[in-house]
Parts: sequence; structure tokens; C-alpha cells
Amino acid sequence: MTEPVFTLSDIVTTVNTGTSEEQQILKNLNLTINKGDFITVIGTNGAGKSTLFNTIAGNIKPASGQILLGTKNITSENDIKRTNYISRVFQDPKMGTAPRMTVAENLLLALNRGRRRKFKPRHLKQQIAKFQELTKQIPNGLSEHLNTPAGNLSGGQRQTLSFLMATLVQPDLLLLDEHTAALDPKTSQELLKLTAKIVEQEQLSCLMITHHLEDALSYGNRTIVLNDGQIQSDLSGEARANLSTTDLLTYFNDLE
Amino acid sequence: MTIIVSAIGQGLLWGVLGLGLFLSFRILDFPDMTVEGTFPMGASVTVICLVHGINPLLATLFAFLAGTLAGLATGLLYTKGKIPILLAGILVMTSLYSINLRILTKANVSLIGKDTIFSSHFLASLPASFDSVVLGVILVVVSICLLAFFLNTELGQAFIATGDNEKMARSLGIQTDRMKILGLMVSNGFIGLAGGLIAQNNGYADISMGIGTIVIGLAAIIIGEVVFGNLSLTARLIAVVIGSIFYRFVILIVLSLGFNANDLKLISAIILAFCLMLPTLRKSLRLNTLFEGGRTK
Repeated sequence: MTEPVFTLSDIVTTVNTGTSEEQQILKNLNLTINKGDFITVIGTNGAGKSTLFNTIAGNIKPASGQILLGTKNITSENDIKRTNYISRVFQDPKMGTAPRMTVAENLLLALNRGRRRKFKPRHLKQQIAKFQELTKQIPNGLSEHLNTPAGNLSGGQRQTLSFLMATLVQPDLLLLDEHTAALDPKTSQELLKLTAKIVEQEQLSCLMITHHLEDALSYGNRTIVLNDGQIQSDLSGEARANLSTTDLLTYFNDLE
Repeated sequence: MTIIVSAIGQGLLWGVLGLGLFLSFRILDFPDMTVEGTFPMGASVTVICLVHGINPLLATLFAFLAGTLAGLATGLLYTKGKIPILLAGILVMTSLYSINLRILTKANVSLIGKDTIFSSHFLASLPASFDSVVLGVILVVVSICLLAFFLNTELGQAFIATGDNEKMARSLGIQTDRMKILGLMVSNGFIGLAGGLIAQNNGYADISMGIGTIVIGLAAIIIGEVVFGNLSLTARLIAVVIGSIFYRFVILIVLSLGFNANDLKLISAIILAFCLMLPTLRKSLRLNTLFEGGRTK
């Protein structure tokens, strides 16, 4: 039995709290993420996927329930504190990088993820060789642009950079929020392959939201279907292997 | 000749204000109105210290410290009080008017007969107006070196990242609120310092000397950018100071054309507006070749 790295128990989140419009988004959601799990998350719009991610990352405080990192209760820690062990790639390539800073400067920022920034020289030059090597493994030309401002990169390069930044310092949990949705199909597949490679190589635990049912089944070892603030089904092993995208689609249709 | 030297000296001293404003206006992308209160605050603090016989260097340093306090107030209102940055700056600027009057005790205090930072033997031995050039160069070089060092520290990089993409900065664990407060404090520190220097150069502090300072500081930044284009961060700091000197020349030319000195604020605003519109004008009038010496892209 593998140990859980991250546990959500009985999580309830509400919006418009205290008004007549009060509404529950996540409704007593339970989720256990084991070490090395690569979980794909699917669900209709409004099912609570983004809220789930925001709750895990600490951007939203749950109204009730408990969040555990390993055995440590982190429910009351804010988003900045949680960057010590959680990293995230957003859907919008613009969101994950600083446009006026160079690729190398962006990577250097990520190298200090979750650490206190000190009043001492940044030592960028000492890291260049390492960054060169890191970016060379991807054939999209990022390695030749280490001194280019991130804002001048293509969407694909920028998102690749965001992904590298999120995994540069190994997180206990990696959150991928439809991180390939804004890219063209070819670039999207390249980044997904890189994702799978690095997740496996570094043995990361990872949650990935996607709207592509095919990707949801072909990547990762587990798939959860989110519906109306709860996990409708949690598929892994043989049950998942035997599933086709049409089967998965019927899950959606059943929800209607 | 003296007029030109004097303009360079003024440009250098006001360049310190441009450097301070650069941190909030360009790096954090904040329209920080505190400036208009911080500048006379620096002037008031320095002048009152000098009137009471405090060492001129120390008195100038106090102007910097007073500025950081004003920046702290704006920063706290903005980050903890969740007041929009423009309004937070206006609130502090307005309250500083009263505070500055308390410090100065009256609307105008003269430095006649008092020792200032310009009274040192070396500076006093220079020909007229050269004192502000020499002192200005020293201060600007020291300021740029300190700022360039700061911006290249881990902390400085986190500060830049906060201004560049706050959401990303947070997701990397950067304490963005602290960075904003820090930036506003350092920015207003330099602006207070500029106030203290200009007051000593002018020989007085006046309660209304803050009016229009934000326009002068922005003009330095924008002229520097229009003239020099894309540069590295440290080079941009130098460009701000050169922009500040150019601005003085423009004012000099305008005045020598026979415009009334009372219209100076109007003229300043028109110059700044023109510089801000220049990128758009360039595009629509296809002036690129004219400005870039015919370089082809």
C-alpha cells in the first residue's frame, strides 16, 4: 500500500457566504492522492474543477473539511505558504511567466519556489549551464532563448517554460490546470508527452484537468470524474484500462 | 553656458526623483500619487533639520527616511486596507500636506545663512552651478549602483516579478504584498531624498513645491525611453537620469522662446503628454525612419 501524499476529506466550499445567494461548490468532497499518482480530472463546466484546484493550492479556504499533506494538517495555510510543496501550471501561457524577465530569470525565480528571497546577489550566471541543459531536452528552441524576455516567446514555448518552472524544484503535488488547452494540437501533444516523461522521471504526484477524453485516458494512472462538487467516479487499474472514450462520454451523458 | 550647466545640475538632482518614480511607475506599474506629498516632505524635513543645525548629510538622509515612511503608509493602505493604489496615494499625499505644514511650521522656510550639503569647501570652491553637477553626478552614480545591486538580488528579482506578473509571483511563493510595500518605501525614499536635495539647491522649502513633481518624474522616465528605446534594466536607470537632463533642456528652450515662467506647469504637462503620445504618433505618421536614423528593420 502506497502512502497518501495529499488528502482532502469532507471538503465543502461556498461562494457568496452569508447572503441569500450562498451556494456550495464542493460538496463533501473526498480525495486521496497517493505518491506517484498521475490523476486526470474531467468534468463539465461548473462541476468544480477549478474550485478543487484553488482549494488544494490554498487560494480558496474551505468552509469545512480537512486538507492533509502526508499527515500534516495544512487546512489553514495560505497559498503562498503552500508553494513550498505545491506547484501549478495555469491554462493561460501568460499566467505562468513574467513577460519582461528573461527565460533564465524566470527559471531562477522558480528555482527559489517557496523559499524566502534574501537580500543577496541572485547568482544567475552560475545556473546558466544547468538551465541550458534543462531546456535542451525539449526541441522547441527554448534553449537558444535563455536571454529572451518571456513575453517574446511563442505560446508553446511560454507554456513549456511554465511547466519547466513548476517542476524545476520537485513539488510534492503538481497541479496542471488544462495547461495545454491554449496550444495548437501539435504543440499540445508535445507538451503532454513532455509532461508524462517528466512526471514519470521525477515520480511526481500530479493532478491534470483536461477536456480531452482521449488524453484523460491515455495519460496518467487514474481518472476522476467530477460532477456537481463531488467525485462521481474514480477509475484506475483494469476498470480504467478497459474504458473507451465513448464509455467515458456516457458518464457525462448520464450526468445530464 | 552657465544656464546649460545649471540645467544639467538640475536634471541630475531631479534625476534622483525619476529613479524613485521608476520603481513604482515602471517596475510595479503603480500610478503612485504619494510622490506629490513625499517630495515636499523630504524638503521640509531637510530644511528644518538644517535650520536646527543638524549635519547636512544627516539632514539629507532624514529626507530619505521620511520618504520611506510615506511609502509605507501608502503601501499599507493598498495591501492591507485594500484601497486602490491611486486613491491610497492621493490619501497619503493629501494628509502629507498637513504633516508638511507641521514640520515646516509655516508655508516657506529659507536656508539663508545655514550650512547645506552644498556648503562643503570643495563644492563651494567650484564655479557657479558646477556644485550641483558634481554633487548630482556623485548622488546619481551611487543611487544607480545601489538600485542596480538591489534589483539583481533575490529580493530585487522577486520585486520585479511581483510587478511583472503578480499571480505567477504568488504561485512561486513570493510575498507579493511585502514586495509592493518594499517597492513603495524605496521609491518614496528616493523621492524624499530628491526633495531634500532640491530644497538645499534652491535655498528654501515651500509647502507647495510638490505640485507637478509626478509630471517631472514621469517626463524623465518617458523621455529616456523615447530617446533610448529598449535597454537592459541598469541602462534604463541611466536613461531616466539622462531623460531628466533632456527635460531641463526642453524647459530651457521653451523659456528662451519667450514663454512665461508662470505657464511652466502647463508646458510640463504638454511636454509629457506629447512624449506619451509619441509612440502612437510615430506609428500613424510613419516617423520611424526619421527617429531611428533610417535604420531598416
